[in-house]
Amino acid sequence: MTAVAPVPVVMVGRATRLRKRFLRRPMAVLGLVLVVLFLLLAIFGPLLTPDPLAQELTSAFASPSAHHLLGTDDLGRDELARLAAGARVSLLAGVLSTALAMVVGVPIGLASGYFRGWIDPIVMRLNDAVLAFPFLIFAVGFAAIFGASLRNVVIALSIGLLPTIVRIARGEALVLREQDFIGGAVADGARSRTIMFRYLLPNSLNTLIVQATVAIPIGIIGEAVLSFLGLGVQPPNPSWGVMLTSAQQFLVQAPQLAIYPGALIAIATLGFNLLGDGLRDVLDPKDRR
Amino acid sequence: MSALLEVDHLAVTFDTEDGPVLAVKDMSFTLNPGEILALVGESGCGKSVTAMSIPALLPTNGVTRRGAVRLSGRELTTLAERDLEALRGKEISVVFQEPMTSLNPAYTVGKQIAEVIQRHQGLNRREALDQAVELLVKVGIPDARRRCASYPHQLSGGMRQRVMIAMAVACDPKVLIADEPTTALDVTIQAGVLEVIRTLCRELGTAVVLITHDLGVVAEVADRVVVMYAGRAVEQASVRSLFAAPQHPYTLGLMGALPANALRSGSRRLAEIPGLVPAPVDDPDECQFAPRCGRATSECRAARPQSREIRDEHWVACYHPGHEEDGDG
Amino acid sequence: MGVFILRRVLSSVVVLFLCSVAVFIGVRALPGDPALNMAGESASPQVLAAIRHQFGLDKPVPVQYVDYVTQVAHGNFGISTVDQIPVSEILVQRIPVTLELAFLAIVVGLLIGVPAGVVSAVRRGKLADYVSNAFGLIGLSVPHFWLGLLAIWAFAVHLHWLPASGFVGLAEDPVENLRRMVLPALVLGTGLSAVLMRQTRSSLLGQLSEDYVRTARAKGLSHGAQVRHALRNSLTTVTTVLGLQLGALISGAVVTEQIFVIPGFGKLTVDAVTQRNYPVIEGVIIVTVFGYVLANLLVDLAYAWLNPRVRVAGAA
Repeated sequence: MTAVAPVPVVMVGRATRLRKRFLRRPMAVLGLVLVVLFLLLAIFGPLLTPDPLAQELTSAFASPSAHHLLGTDDLGRDELARLAAGARVSLLAGVLSTALAMVVGVPIGLASGYFRGWIDPIVMRLNDAVLAFPFLIFAVGFAAIFGASLRNVVIALSIGLLPTIVRIARGEALVLREQDFIGGAVADGARSRTIMFRYLLPNSLNTLIVQATVAIPIGIIGEAVLSFLGLGVQPPNPSWGVMLTSAQQFLVQAPQLAIYPGALIAIATLGFNLLGDGLRDVLDPKDRR
Repeated sequence: MSALLEVDHLAVTFDTEDGPVLAVKDMSFTLNPGEILALVGESGCGKSVTAMSIPALLPTNGVTRRGAVRLSGRELTTLAERDLEALRGKEISVVFQEPMTSLNPAYTVGKQIAEVIQRHQGLNRREALDQAVELLVKVGIPDARRRCASYPHQLSGGMRQRVMIAMAVACDPKVLIADEPTTALDVTIQAGVLEVIRTLCRELGTAVVLITHDLGVVAEVADRVVVMYAGRAVEQASVRSLFAAPQHPYTLGLMGALPANALRSGSRRLAEIPGLVPAPVDDPDECQFAPRCGRATSECRAARPQSREIRDEHWVACYHPGHEEDGDG
Repeated sequence: MGVFILRRVLSSVVVLFLCSVAVFIGVRALPGDPALNMAGESASPQVLAAIRHQFGLDKPVPVQYVDYVTQVAHGNFGISTVDQIPVSEILVQRIPVTLELAFLAIVVGLLIGVPAGVVSAVRRGKLADYVSNAFGLIGLSVPHFWLGLLAIWAFAVHLHWLPASGFVGLAEDPVENLRRMVLPALVLGTGLSAVLMRQTRSSLLGQLSEDYVRTARAKGLSHGAQVRHALRNSLTTVTTVLGLQLGALISGAVVTEQIFVIPGFGKLTVDAVTQRNYPVIEGVIIVTVFGYVLANLLVDLAYAWLNPRVRVAGAA
């Protein structure tokens, strides 16, 4: 593009410039606010609310009151307490599955893209094979073999997230390995491990942060879906998915029981997606896929 | 001689996220019928933006354009997009720098040439395709009828640029804007492509605005030259006058690393002038070349030098013009 | 073109091979001894050995793998442990239902997603863009099983417009079938249309800033004609994305069928897991992988057809 003006050199710190750019995007800021609210609910909510498992069968389907701020569910349990506990489960599932996928996937992807050779096609074929599995069918099989639990949900989700992360990390390494400073490091006799973790990793960080922000909501929805199908968190333990399963039977009497948890999933996911979009614009303006 | 195209105090500003960029600050020049005018300068001096402003091909968002552009006396800057569309490709057409990306990869080259003919001459598809074949012959593409059915990726860079030229001259335009038409090409085929532009335009009477950073190209094909620096014209003259007696220190700098034999050896690198092109963020009232200029005095930093006619039809914006290499200049 | 197809087919075979190995190993990792399961706790060692021999469980593992692949290739997936019906028969019954749902959802996704993406890109920064973007983000963030519950609540419980659940075969009563498929298809298609909208938008925006669009503009083509130039190149991306979304679509179908009680492939899967019906689970996974690989192959061919750089082998 020749008609595009060159970007001027602006003498401001990088962090300040990034913050300014971020704050200029109302949607990104809204995303950040939603994410922070979600984090507050997940971290502090369970400390401030009653026991989410305590049943009070005489006051089932109670309306909101000073005692139960959002009323109670079919077994008379405090709805707000269950929502807060569910938020914690969602946060755990989203963050842990993403973290696990990054810890495993980033080194694989970087190595695959950096070394190329015979390793790269094998990794990419395996990657395609994992991608070829519709995730839910895989998760169903996984739950069938290893049993339904939050831990297994996290493992299954991280395997589901893995191919995308490997692919992104590989793409970064492919671009970076052609850059001069990597060539310089190689010429200076730097070891491959040093190059990967001292050069490739820090320089892919922006892209990986964006990717993590987008992966967390996938984990959140994944946990909710699996728990909804009875393949994740088991009742009576609260999880937004579990709460929706039981709310399904009471759509006529108490639609709010279906609305609250679903709305929270949507809000948390929306928050992370908006934040991810904003971070991508700010950190990774080249819009690579 | 009345001018075909007049660019009058043109200024172009881009609004970017990090503030406005003054790409073109104040440009005035004229183009005579049938003439080849070269716009020369380092990258970032605003020459492409100036050229793209003529048919209003700059992005529509975040661009402010001031000043006037007149084609045969008709003001273009105030035209509605619909009227500009009727003008583009017919009266003013463009050959871009990147033949690799300037053609649509999904359509055959024949269709892409025929498209402009159908648009402006009201011919049907068949007739337009026949004309496209004739045009491909004119720009020197062998086996033109078969080539019409080729996709851009099947052609070499030089061939694609010839296709671009065929497309540009399809409707006998009055003005052809050629934006670095040979920069992306292999040195060995540059001359051929330039030759096609020159002979075709002479034949059709088309005037050319040739944007280049390559003084070798200028010497070869241009009639007149405008040298640009930091969004302004610093020197304007006929090719003969400019090469015989360059006046502006910047022009001298550009020529400095252009030894006479460089033209023959085909090495056409732009001269290395110490220092950097200033960031186009502000427009102080001073000579913007002063920080890089050996002749700069306090006068240069006090007020911007105005363009004046130093010899017949030879204009320069400098307090200390002259083609003698003086002192440490 | 020929080389391209050959390469894609070969790579599909490789993926199929890897997946079949994974399923084979996965099934053998299942808890419990299959011979013991069949013969019962009290079976004598002789009986167990006989069963192992009968089912080839005493052969070396690679031989077992070959036997297994041969069986599968002949459409023999075993017998459902719950109702003693051959798994292949159950699959033949259930798959068309899910295919119909998925097809309708793709139609919904394409009809909403692609036009919304185009409008959004063309009217960038205008009201239509904001509306499309909001739709895209919400469609991406709202889990569709919740959307399904809301839809049932709104249209079935409240408004009584459409039945909440249940299924009528397409062959039995096409009108009633469609009436009952409207909500599930809309619910399943919404997520897809959101993804397609976002991809169409970003791909078209990318293409619109390409040099060749500037060329089209310089030729005097109208804005609409410029968009047509760009769209032609965006559609290749959209096809790829659609292919990548097929997996998500199957996943979505599992949940959607569960909510609307549609006796399709997805409901079969979930039921099989809750009933620990291993032959069915195995069959479901194999069929899924096979179908998915096949679908991807078709998408690649469509991609090649849309993209002359692949279709016409370049000789400059």
